[in-house]
Amino acid sequence: MRLRKRLSSIGLNVLAWLLSLVVLIPFVVIVLNSFKSDAEAKVLKLTLPEKFIFENYKIVYEQGHLGGSFFNSLLHSGASSLLLVFVVAFSAFTLSRNHSKLSKFLYFFLILGITLPLNYIPLMEVMKSMGMINSHVGMILLYTAMGIPISLFITYAFVSNIPKELDEAAIMDGCNGIKLFLRIIVPLLTSVLVTVFVLNFLSVWNEFTAPLYMLNTVEMWPMTLAVYNFFGQFSAQWNLVSADIVLTSLPVLIVFLIGQKYIVGGLTSGAVKG
Amino acid sequence: MLISFYMQRALARSCIWAGRKGVIGYEREQNLSLVFFIGSHCVISAVHRCPALLGIYYSFTDWNSYSSEKNFIGLEHFRTILAGDPTYLLFIKNTVLFTLVTSIAKTVLGLFLALLLVSGVKAANLHRMIIFSPQVLSFLIIGLVFKSLLDPNNGFVNVTLRSIGLDVLAQNWLGSLTWAMPSIMAVDTWKGMGYIMVLFIAGLLAIPRDYYEAASIDGAGFGQKLFRITIPMLMPTITIATVLNITYGLRVFDAVYVLTNGGPGNATDVINTAVYSSFAKGYWGLGSALSTILFVIMAIISFFIIRLMNRKVEY
Repeated sequence: MRLRKRLSSIGLNVLAWLLSLVVLIPFVVIVLNSFKSDAEAKVLKLTLPEKFIFENYKIVYEQGHLGGSFFNSLLHSGASSLLLVFVVAFSAFTLSRNHSKLSKFLYFFLILGITLPLNYIPLMEVMKSMGMINSHVGMILLYTAMGIPISLFITYAFVSNIPKELDEAAIMDGCNGIKLFLRIIVPLLTSVLVTVFVLNFLSVWNEFTAPLYMLNTVEMWPMTLAVYNFFGQFSAQWNLVSADIVLTSLPVLIVFLIGQKYIVGGLTSGAVKG
Repeated sequence: MLISFYMQRALARSCIWAGRKGVIGYEREQNLSLVFFIGSHCVISAVHRCPALLGIYYSFTDWNSYSSEKNFIGLEHFRTILAGDPTYLLFIKNTVLFTLVTSIAKTVLGLFLALLLVSGVKAANLHRMIIFSPQVLSFLIIGLVFKSLLDPNNGFVNVTLRSIGLDVLAQNWLGSLTWAMPSIMAVDTWKGMGYIMVLFIAGLLAIPRDYYEAASIDGAGFGQKLFRITIPMLMPTITIATVLNITYGLRVFDAVYVLTNGGPGNATDVINTAVYSSFAKGYWGLGSALSTILFVIMAIISFFIIRLMNRKVEY
C-alpha cells in the first residue's frame, strides 16, 4: 500500500514536469536559436549553439526600430493604465455606493464591454472625425476605454465589500466626499488598483489588432507591429527572428514575474465569485 | 461624426444632471467632481460603444473606399453573407468550430492540470507559473514562435519527428487543408489552458476538505469523488471559464491572422479575419455587416451571460 502511494506520487511529479516541458520547450528552442549563426539556425533543433553569437541582438535592435517601438509601447501601456486606474477608482466608488436605478444601469452599460466586440471599421471613422487617428492621445484613450469594462467589474466587487460603516464614521468625523475617497477608500483599494494597472499594462503591451487598424506610420508602431513587420522582412533568418522574439517578450515576462501575485490574484478575484 | 458627438454630449449632460439631482453619490456638491469622472468615463466608453451603433447603420450601406457616397442598400450585404457566397458561411462555421473545440479542450485540460497541481506535487507553484506564462505574452509572439516551430521543412516539430523515425507523422501543419485549423486550435489551447488552470486551482482550493474526508469514510473512490463532489462544487468556476472561452473564441483574430492569415485559401478564415480583409480591400460596408453579425451573436450570448452572473448559485 505504501509502495503504491509512493509510486503514484512519483508518477504525478513526472507527469507535472512533462507537462511543464511541453510549455517550456518552444521557448527554449527560440532562446537557443537566437544565439546561433545564420547557417546553424536554418534547422530548428534543440541543440546548444556551437558558439554564442550576441551580435544577433545588436542587429535586431538596429534594424527592427525596436528603440522607438519600445518607447511607444511603454507610453501607450503606462499612460492608459494610469488613466484607467484613476477613472475606475472614482467610478467604482461612486457607482457602488448608491443603489439608484441609474447607477445600476450605468454599471451594466459599462461592463457590457466585457463581452461585446469592438467594431473597428466605424471606430476608425469616429476616431478620424475627432482627429485621433495616428496619434498617441487617441491610442491612449482607446486603450483606456477598452480596459474599463473588466477593470470596473473587478474593482466594483472589491469596493462593495468595504463596509459602509467606514464611510459613515469618516463623515461623522468631518470628511467630505473627496476626502473620504482619498483618505479612506483609496488606501483600502491599493491592491486591487495595482492588479488593474498590471493587467491593463500587459494587455495593452500585447495588443495587436487596434494598432493594426489605427496606426499606419512606422514611427507610431508599438512593439507588436514592429516584430510582425520584422518577421515579414527576415522570415528566412531564424536566428534574427528568434532574437527579436526574445527581446520583445522580455519586458512582459519581467512585469509578469514582478506582478505575479497580483496578476493571478486579480484574475481569480475577478472570475471566481460564485 | 455629428452623431457620435451628440451622443457623447448627451451622455455627459445626463451624468451631470444626475449629479445635480443627487442621484449619484451621497451629497450633491461634494460629489460633483466624482460626477465629472463618471462623465469623462461615459465619453470614453462612448468612443467604444458608438462605433457599434454606427457600424450597424453602415452595414446597410454600400460604403467603400472607391466612392465618397454612402448609399442605403438595405439587406444586400446580409443576403450576400448568409445566402449568396458560401465562403462567408464557412467563416461563420470556422468561428463556431474554433470556439467549440478550444473551449472544450481548454476546460478539460485546465481542470486536469489544476487537479494535478493541487494533488501534492512538488514545486507546484513553479509548474503553475510555467504553464501560465504563455498567457502573458502577446499572441503575436506565440504565433511567430509556432510559425517557426511548425515550419514543414526545418521546423522543430517535423525535425524532431523525423529524427526519432516518425517521418509519417510529419505534416505541413499550417499549410494543409486538413491540418491548418487543428494546428491553430492546438496552439491556442496551448496558450490559453494556463489561464483556465489558474481559475480552477482557485476554485478547487475553495472546496472544504471535510467533504472529501467524509466521502473517503463512506468508501468513495477517485472517480466518485471527482464526479460527485469536485465537479458539482466547481460549477460556478466552470461557468465563468466557459463564458471567458466562448467570448474569446468568437472574437479570435490574432491567432489566425499571425499563424495562417486565413490560408490555405480561405480554409482557416474566421469572422474577424474576414472583417479585416474586407477592410483592407476597401469593402467597408460589407466588413461592417460581418461585424454586425458577430455583434448580434455576442449580444445574444451576453444576455444569457449577464443572467448567469446575476444568478445565485445553490449547492
